[in-house]
Amino acid sequence: MTKIKISIDGKQVQVEKGQTILDAAKKINVRIPTLCYHEDLCVAGNCRVCVVEVEGSRALQASCAIPAQNGMSIRTNSPTVRNARKDIIAMLVSEHNTQCTTCYRSTNCELQTLSAEYNIDNNRYLSILKPNTTKDTSSWSIEKDDSKCVRCQRCVRTCAELQHVNALTVSHKGKDMKISTFHDLPMKDVVCTNCGQCVNRCPTGALTERRYFDEVWEAIGDPNKHVVMNTAPSVRVALGEMLGYPVGTRVTGKMVTAMRRLGVDSVLDTDFSADLTIMEEGTELLSRLKKVLVEKDDTVKLPMITSCSPGWVKFCEHLFPDHLGHLSSCKSPQQMFGALTKTYYADKKGIDPKDIVSVAIMPCAAKKFEANRREMNDSGFQDIDAGLTTRELGHMIKQAGLNFLELEDSAYDSIMGESTGAGVIFGATGGVMEAALRTAYELVTGKEVPFENMNIKPVRGMEGIREATIKIEGALPQWSFLEGVDLRVAVAHGLINARIIMEQIAAGESPYHFIEIMACPGGCIGGGGQPIPTNETIRKQRVAAIYEEDMSMPVRKSHANPEIVKVYEEFLKEPLSHVSHNLLHTTYRKRQHY
Amino acid sequence: MEDTEKLVVDLVTKHGKTRNSLLPVLQGVVKEEHFLSEAAMIAIAKALNLSSADVYGTASFYSFLDTEPRGENIIRVCKTITCKMKGKHQIIEALEGHLKIKEGETTRNNKFTLLSANCLGWCHKGPVMLVNDDVYPEVGPDSVIDIIEKYC
Amino acid sequence: MISKKLKRVDIIFECNGCEPTEVVKKAMKKSPDEIIAAVIESGLRGRGGAGFPTGMKWKFAKEEKSDIKYVICNADEGEPGTFKDREILDVVPNKVLSGMAICAYAIGAKEGFIYLRGEYNFLLKKLQTIIDAFNNSMSKIGLDFAIEIRSGSGAYVCGEETALFESMEGRRGEPRNKPPFPTQAGYNGKPTIINNVETLVYATMIFRLGVKEFKDLGTTDSRGSKVFSISGDTPKAGIHELELGLNLAEFVEEFGDGDTKAVQVGGASGHCVPRKLFKDTIIGFEGIPTGGSMMIFNSTRSMFNILNDYLEFFAEESCGQCTPCRVGTQQLIKGIRAVKQGDMPSEYLDQLMKLTETMQIASKCGLGQSVANSFSSIVTNFREEMIY
Repeated sequence: MTKIKISIDGKQVQVEKGQTILDAAKKINVRIPTLCYHEDLCVAGNCRVCVVEVEGSRALQASCAIPAQNGMSIRTNSPTVRNARKDIIAMLVSEHNTQCTTCYRSTNCELQTLSAEYNIDNNRYLSILKPNTTKDTSSWSIEKDDSKCVRCQRCVRTCAELQHVNALTVSHKGKDMKISTFHDLPMKDVVCTNCGQCVNRCPTGALTERRYFDEVWEAIGDPNKHVVMNTAPSVRVALGEMLGYPVGTRVTGKMVTAMRRLGVDSVLDTDFSADLTIMEEGTELLSRLKKVLVEKDDTVKLPMITSCSPGWVKFCEHLFPDHLGHLSSCKSPQQMFGALTKTYYADKKGIDPKDIVSVAIMPCAAKKFEANRREMNDSGFQDIDAGLTTRELGHMIKQAGLNFLELEDSAYDSIMGESTGAGVIFGATGGVMEAALRTAYELVTGKEVPFENMNIKPVRGMEGIREATIKIEGALPQWSFLEGVDLRVAVAHGLINARIIMEQIAAGESPYHFIEIMACPGGCIGGGGQPIPTNETIRKQRVAAIYEEDMSMPVRKSHANPEIVKVYEEFLKEPLSHVSHNLLHTTYRKRQHY
Repeated sequence: MEDTEKLVVDLVTKHGKTRNSLLPVLQGVVKEEHFLSEAAMIAIAKALNLSSADVYGTASFYSFLDTEPRGENIIRVCKTITCKMKGKHQIIEALEGHLKIKEGETTRNNKFTLLSANCLGWCHKGPVMLVNDDVYPEVGPDSVIDIIEKYC
Repeated sequence: MISKKLKRVDIIFECNGCEPTEVVKKAMKKSPDEIIAAVIESGLRGRGGAGFPTGMKWKFAKEEKSDIKYVICNADEGEPGTFKDREILDVVPNKVLSGMAICAYAIGAKEGFIYLRGEYNFLLKKLQTIIDAFNNSMSKIGLDFAIEIRSGSGAYVCGEETALFESMEGRRGEPRNKPPFPTQAGYNGKPTIINNVETLVYATMIFRLGVKEFKDLGTTDSRGSKVFSISGDTPKAGIHELELGLNLAEFVEEFGDGDTKAVQVGGASGHCVPRKLFKDTIIGFEGIPTGGSMMIFNSTRSMFNILNDYLEFFAEESCGQCTPCRVGTQQLIKGIRAVKQGDMPSEYLDQLMKLTETMQIASKCGLGQSVANSFSSIVTNFREEMIY
């Protein structure tokens, strides 16, 4: 590879051909401020915040966009550059809603940080914020406030390149230029899957999740309400980032204590229902395999695809509605949890389900939408009353004035508080697949999966689509039809990869039996409700924490979870029973494709 | 609805099924239907394997690809400085009075939409206006009425 | 700098031997390198306003290794006050086409496009007929080159070369980052020559008349002649071809109405020259360059209204992607109105002048970078008209 030598602020640095001035600066720890630049996305070069002086050029150049060329001499902090940056930031502030005190992203807003650094207030120029800018709160999951948009187009690039959903676009030009949906329709009426990846990459408060913690505070404060909070696997490895811990720290025990201190009546673990999902879905997979391989029933579809990612499910409903038969009929762990909370839990605890408020803490923006799907009230009540993000929980903990770092660890309540390593790995891409295989393989052969420590490495990692083949050997008599079968599985994360998988299925060329699809890059740990910022390093660190947590658990297979055994004994009877079918399974529907 | 879909299919067949054909296809639809309806944009998106949002975002960039309903005949009066100097506001007033609409609006019978445009390239013969693709330089408050009468 | 006396020229519109195949055949007798050397020798610079040496551009494109190359004629003339390309395409279109063919032969391109602004759709039918005949005659003389028309749809910024490529590729006309430059990666990512209509005609004429004839006109920095679009307070509004390097005072004497207060040279993105500076101003690359737009204003005109008009134009036509241009243009409009109405002190104009300096060095493309030209020239020379 050719090497390029340039000088930045008098310091020499060498980079590969094709790398930008910004790459070179990072190499020698020279910090150039940026705004529209994001590690996960292609370069735009439109905000102009990162402009630098290049000797010999009259105009300043965007360091994120210009490739380094031999002999370049760059100045990143000359008076000319500083004055230009000040003006650019002041211009952004002049078209911005500067009511920071009421803004959800205050103290974690890139424009706020830049303004403070460059000493900008909103008096340098006249405000050109249009008085009629709209705030779209139509969606259950995502709120779009155009008055806070800096038009960096990160959200558009995310929705286009990273997720390939293309629900957002730039419309009009000049002073009317804005970020829109198709024909500026409300977010709830377009193909938005609610994955929230745009929210994770928005530098300001223009795109945020719909927030429901005020309602939850009210429920907590209501003596007649019994508030049950359940937490997803991914929350415990990321919550710490908002509260003083380095990325990748597991804060499970403190998190549980904190939630109790908020005044929640019962702190339970979604991982329990993750184990439940494995029981139901594993059985469903085996049943489909039997129907296809033995009974030759062609109404049953293979490959079967996981259905616990509501962003992925909505994606499938919009864009591949003819292939909904491939989705598992299982609800997600969140929704299974909700259904059981208002039936099994209510019954065991002797509480009237109408007084129960079930709150799910999720790394996910789409779970808010999922909780409000009209199919999700099989308990006779809305199964999950409110979905909160990891970020909202972090906010509540701060609002409660808790010193998170000093809290002692504590354990989840019961019932529905016990879980396994298999449940916790749901948070990482490949985790559902691995958990399912740990149970299904043992169900079929009576033996543990043939991988060291049951760590099924082939389904782990960050490549967009991964595949593995597991040979079934020594099948028990009732599963003899699977003897010798090469079970082919695939794992995909990020909707761009979901699309590739589905196009393969639509073309009739899919070689798999079972596929795990997660809408978000990295799986749930990269979800649309996780702490901001996000990048590949952060996601990898969170994934590592997930697998650490798995190894630390005494039980690592879903079917060995004693509370799971109990719920079947006492209530559900067996996977895919009539009761299970009623409460834990669901249907899907076709949605318009724009 | 069906006519629109057929129009789109024909245009895509003519210009090709790639992204590079998007502008000619959009222009073809606007020529027939005077603007881009939601249905048209959805049909174009389907035919070219793009998202509807993408089609809308691209179309709305261009002043002549309207995504809001327009009348059968679109009048565009140049509003740039030299035409202003030659009295374009009198042209607008004459048209507003005759058509009983304000600039930006469409007549009740959907015959005419009255709009402004930036420099049309006839600065030595202002005021100038376009009616659809036909250009009329050096119009006056009276001649302009005669001109649009021809389109009735 | 010594200016030349005002001299009318008739190269562009003269129609002797307008038939294109002759000049193309004549050019094809030379090698591509010889053709490019001739264009470089002639000193021809782009006539769309930017003034890049045409021969150098063709040389860069020729040197790129690629099976696919393109020649594009930029007919997206949208600069206020400019209408010369329309006349050229209407009266002598074959000269444009032969210029494209010569370029294609020199650089190794097989496909050519004319990006014609949507406002000129009335030219489409006529042009298509001429182009069909042209394509036919090119294949007859053994040149593998065919031209197609693409239409714009009302976006001034698509006159910017990379925005034009974006538009042809079916996207919003948002300018790209440079590098890479069009000759390296232009339309469809391939080496592309994009030349203004007038530039291509001069390229043809250099081969018809000879390099020397062209070079003898103009000055060292501004070789040749140029077509001017003259409008405003003038009894001689229209198209006039003049030798480059002319003195503005003489120009005003010839074309003004006797009461000229200011001349806007180069359209809204050009410079406004006040009366007191006419005699010191040369129209050419060594003085004030222009794409040809000359708007003449007499003493009855309000410079505030004129500046306001230009700024509104830019605020509407900006693509909107980069901060300095999208916000800057709006700030300038709001600012000058506030000063005019007395809501802000006149010193605020100085702050706005500084803002235009930022726009000039930090905007992503020429549109944002050029706003400073008219803003600073008008505010500096006519400050009293900006204030309440």
